[in-house]
Amino acid sequence: MTRKLLQMAVLIGSVTATGWLLADGHEHGEGKSLPQVSNAKWQSECGSCHTLYHPGLLPERSWRKMMSGLDRHFGENASLDPLTRKEITEFLVANSADHAGNRRSAKISQSTPAQSTPLRISETPWFVRKHDEIRADVWKRPKIGSPANCTACHSGADKGDFAEARIRIPR
Amino acid sequence: MNKMTNSLALVLVLALAGMNAYAVSPVEVLKDYAAAARKENPAFKEFSARRGEALYHAERTHSKGTKVSCSGCHTDNPKNPGQTRAHKQIEPMAPSANPQRLTDPAKIEKWFSRNCPDVLERACSAQEKGDFITYLLSIK
Repeated sequence: MTRKLLQMAVLIGSVTATGWLLADGHEHGEGKSLPQVSNAKWQSECGSCHTLYHPGLLPERSWRKMMSGLDRHFGENASLDPLTRKEITEFLVANSADHAGNRRSAKISQSTPAQSTPLRISETPWFVRKHDEIRADVWKRPKIGSPANCTACHSGADKGDFAEARIRIPR
Repeated sequence: MNKMTNSLALVLVLALAGMNAYAVSPVEVLKDYAAAARKENPAFKEFSARRGEALYHAERTHSKGTKVSCSGCHTDNPKNPGQTRAHKQIEPMAPSANPQRLTDPAKIEKWFSRNCPDVLERACSAQEKGDFITYLLSIK
């Protein structure tokens, strides 16, 4: 009887462990998170109006173009003083998709044709492919609003965490 | 142990001091705007919470064709959190609901210089800014 129980415990234990190992391997295969980056000005200036988009989500040329047109930033005036603008631009460029050195950034960078300079992350071929199953009416749900609102479904988006396992799409 | 507690307390005090390095009271901010308003208009007497309230709620049609107002993003009640067009929460505007509000002159100017052109398609006068702040301060 004791032996049966012991066998059972070993079996349950090994199945669970295998599951963990597989899940872990899968996560690494997906490049589960973008690297942790931080810059106080980036956080306060960019993060006060929208999701704190990780620099690794767009190539260098996109960030440079974006930061040189802040007075007309998606229809809003997001001007910064020259020093702040320079600091944030350098931070974005240093950690941009073509410099970040992680798998997700590499995919974004490779998926974007060299002649295009997307300003919206949602226009990169990588984003479009990753979200092709999301119907138009889902984007319009009150708790989501638009593809700009990453944190609505990816609660860790501000920290560069887009892991599939942690996606919760609000009703 | 005591020494450690002391140094910990010192670190805490320094951290708090650092946080408030640029913090001023909203009343101080108003004094600067009053001086600027007198410069703009020698007949200026004082700020008015009522005028500020009207400005906060006034809705106009932007040249892009959309209806815009301060309350459009900040909600009708400045004690409530608002929401940006990109769906990010905005902390309440009224200092009675958000003590951090109106304590950093550079931040106040930054947002007036962005949002006045955004909503009114022109800069705000010093009087408008002072009226607006006076209204926010009048909310208990």
